[in-house]
Amino acid sequence: MRIILHIWRQKHRDAPGKMVRYEVEDVNPHMSFLEMLDVLNERLIERGDEPVVFDHDCREGICGSCGFVINGVPHGPLQGTTVCQLHMRHFKDGDELYLEPWRARAFPVVRDLMVDRSAFDRIIAAGGFISVPTGSAPDGNAIPIPKEVAELAMDAAACIGCGACVAACPNASAMLFTGAKISHLGLLPQGQPEREQRALAMVAQMQAEGFGACTNVAECEAVCPKNIKLENIARMFRDFIAASWTRRPAVERLGGVG
Amino acid sequence: MRHDARIPGGPIEQMWDRCRFEMKLVAPANRRKYSVIVVGSGLAGASAAASLGELGYNVACFCYQDSARRAHSIAAQGGINAAKNYQNDGDSVWRLFYDTVKGGDFRSREANVYRLAQLSLNIIDQCVAQGVPFAREYGGTLANRSFGGAQVSRTFYARGQTGQQLLLGAYQALMRQVGLGQVRLFPRTEMLDLIVIDGRARGIVTRDMTTGEIRSHLADAVVLATGGYGNVFYLSTNAKGCNATAIWRAYKRGADFGNPCFTQIHPTCIPVSGEYQSKLTLMSESLRNDGRIWVPLKKGDKRPPNEIPEEERDYFLERRYPSYGNLAPRDISSRAAKMVCDEGRGVGETGYGVYLDFSDAIRRLGRRVIEERYGNLFEMYERITGEDPYTQPMRIYPATHYTMGGLWVDYRLMSTIPGLFVAGEANFSDHGANRLGASALMQGLADGYFIIPYTVGDYLASNRLDRVSPDHPACREAETSVRRITERLLAINGRRTVDTFHRELGKIMWEYCGMARNARGLEYALSKIPELRQEFWEDVRVPGANEEVNQSLEKAGRVADFLELAELMCLDALERDESCGAHFREEHQTEDGEAIRDDERFCHVAIWQYQGPDRKPVRHVEPLEFKYVLPTVRSYK
Repeated sequence: MRIILHIWRQKHRDAPGKMVRYEVEDVNPHMSFLEMLDVLNERLIERGDEPVVFDHDCREGICGSCGFVINGVPHGPLQGTTVCQLHMRHFKDGDELYLEPWRARAFPVVRDLMVDRSAFDRIIAAGGFISVPTGSAPDGNAIPIPKEVAELAMDAAACIGCGACVAACPNASAMLFTGAKISHLGLLPQGQPEREQRALAMVAQMQAEGFGACTNVAECEAVCPKNIKLENIARMFRDFIAASWTRRPAVERLGGVG
Repeated sequence: MRHDARIPGGPIEQMWDRCRFEMKLVAPANRRKYSVIVVGSGLAGASAAASLGELGYNVACFCYQDSARRAHSIAAQGGINAAKNYQNDGDSVWRLFYDTVKGGDFRSREANVYRLAQLSLNIIDQCVAQGVPFAREYGGTLANRSFGGAQVSRTFYARGQTGQQLLLGAYQALMRQVGLGQVRLFPRTEMLDLIVIDGRARGIVTRDMTTGEIRSHLADAVVLATGGYGNVFYLSTNAKGCNATAIWRAYKRGADFGNPCFTQIHPTCIPVSGEYQSKLTLMSESLRNDGRIWVPLKKGDKRPPNEIPEEERDYFLERRYPSYGNLAPRDISSRAAKMVCDEGRGVGETGYGVYLDFSDAIRRLGRRVIEERYGNLFEMYERITGEDPYTQPMRIYPATHYTMGGLWVDYRLMSTIPGLFVAGEANFSDHGANRLGASALMQGLADGYFIIPYTVGDYLASNRLDRVSPDHPACREAETSVRRITERLLAINGRRTVDTFHRELGKIMWEYCGMARNARGLEYALSKIPELRQEFWEDVRVPGANEEVNQSLEKAGRVADFLELAELMCLDALERDESCGAHFREEHQTEDGEAIRDDERFCHVAIWQYQGPDRKPVRHVEPLEFKYVLPTVRSYK
């Protein structure tokens, strides 16, 4: 089949960008979307053009590297699927597709479809962990954890940090990402000692990075390739509000507390 | 002695304790005076960097991905082994040790493997404490499942995403240190050379993958945790970016390479569907707990699987290996699948596939249980193939997955270059000629959390390390060498893309240095690879410039290294004139196709020392002694 692509091309962070039209002939329906782009890139190189830059690595939907917007939808039309796992059998001959990078102030474009998501790393560094230095752990079975709790924590921990939630949100909010980590750790008994500090510090960092607030649009949940649930944002608010009430020490001080 | 493994004396169960006691310590207040570079942020790299940071060393951690959380450990699915014996099924440190030595077909170091089995206990504790959401029983205790090559249930798991959850645990510990300022993180930064000063590893040269800046980073010790080299086959279960460049360039600076030909072909991957294919996707070994592997009894039987009656199916693993059945180790299962396909009994359009069938398990346990156990894997299979594994069997075929070979290290994980440590898949150490399932995660974390932090400290405390400046001629020389390679690649402007070379190399390696090897094929490959390499350097086209994001340039540098490494792999495979583990030489097999080891001549590690471009490397050996698990014919029958 034949696919017509309009792809955002932008040389570097400060360069102006524009949509450029490409056609890819003989697309095999069993190809993944990224393999279709590989074919395009091979042809671009052969004819002396520069290939389209996009982040990708595992191509199994788990590393979270890949992701761009296809016709307005992060990761494209297939629910619960990263773009590397999206196959061309879900498109038809002659389809015209518009590919754009994640658009958010906190995710500057690096080149073409590649963006800088280091803001997510800084949110984790602010408090997305349980402080347990190597060597200081009790026996694995010392703390029984109800199966339902472990399952709920795992649901939240499945986040791959791809950033689709931010790209889908009209406010470019990172609350699904942040809420998922706060939920994962806050649901488990091991995460209790730092639960309040964690919520305060991660929310503060999230705001400092320039992500917007949540207005319950729920686009994030709709596009999440790992089906992370909106309830994680509710848990984050609960922890954040509880922590704010108990008047914990100033957030700035907590930012670096490990 | 160049290859002294520095194995401590005494009984094996006391060796690691003794070694830890004998090692020198750096006092807490002095640790801040030392700096350590960690390259790679997978299980081994992230856990090492985090643990060294916690101790108080100044750590710099590098990765080529945009975030440390994306390293390919994240894709490990099935689980991690530990000899906890929580299931009361007769497991112990000794049994895990025994299974691993036997699984590796008696080509690993006993002392290392015993330590690995011991540390497996601490790893689970550490990960649980970090909040890794392992699967639980209703009573709240940790759940286990079985994996290949074992008759006990010792594998801990988090759905089909165990690697992801373990890596996120290590990543979070690492990011905590980054937040505290103890570790500096360099994402989108690729190591392109090692700096060796006065015979010691003192730093690395990197390229910033956003700006193209090439610069030196100096330290008192360097840890490489850069993963395996399975992508030499082009198609593999590795991530697209996985590469051998860091270890290969260290090899060329004097770090010898151990057992390069030991590469694991995983039996259960989704088969190749076309020429455009960019990678292969693993279906976790855990599926073999409930799935049954079969092919039609008759050659060329093209009926749909559901129409082939029971008596016309050949459950070849259950037939050949009744006591392990579908959970026979990876090397054996892969070879058995190849054999039935070579006989013309393979399934699918290409004939290179076998069925992995869950219908019996669904009948026995119900669809809900199977969904709970493997739901995400089934979904992934359906997304890729468009077929529903609940109603028709999966089609699977072996694919390159893991490399047991890697840089040679001693018991303390130090390479032949003092100050250069190698951890995780990047070293050759613990798996011998075949790795058992759920042992890679175990080794990565054992190295990173519990070995490197001690042994690096001992190195720093035992040696006088003078300050070096970035203006040192060795830094300048290494930077110049990196710039020269980059400039040369950009200047060729030939006709062929990097990927076409990589694919061609992959085909040569898969055909002649893959699941089965023979002298004629290897000699042929050894004549073809240099030709391909020459053509690469004359005719590759790398568009763009250095001073920008240039993914073609990144790939070109990696493929250039694969084109050299491939030759060493074939050379090693040719010289190892025996069959052992994943290294199957067709000349050495029994009548029914089982491997024949030659302990008289090859009970050793083959260690290769670089001699300069276009000169044959020298092959050394480290003899292997087995005092506790006596080499026998490895039988899973």
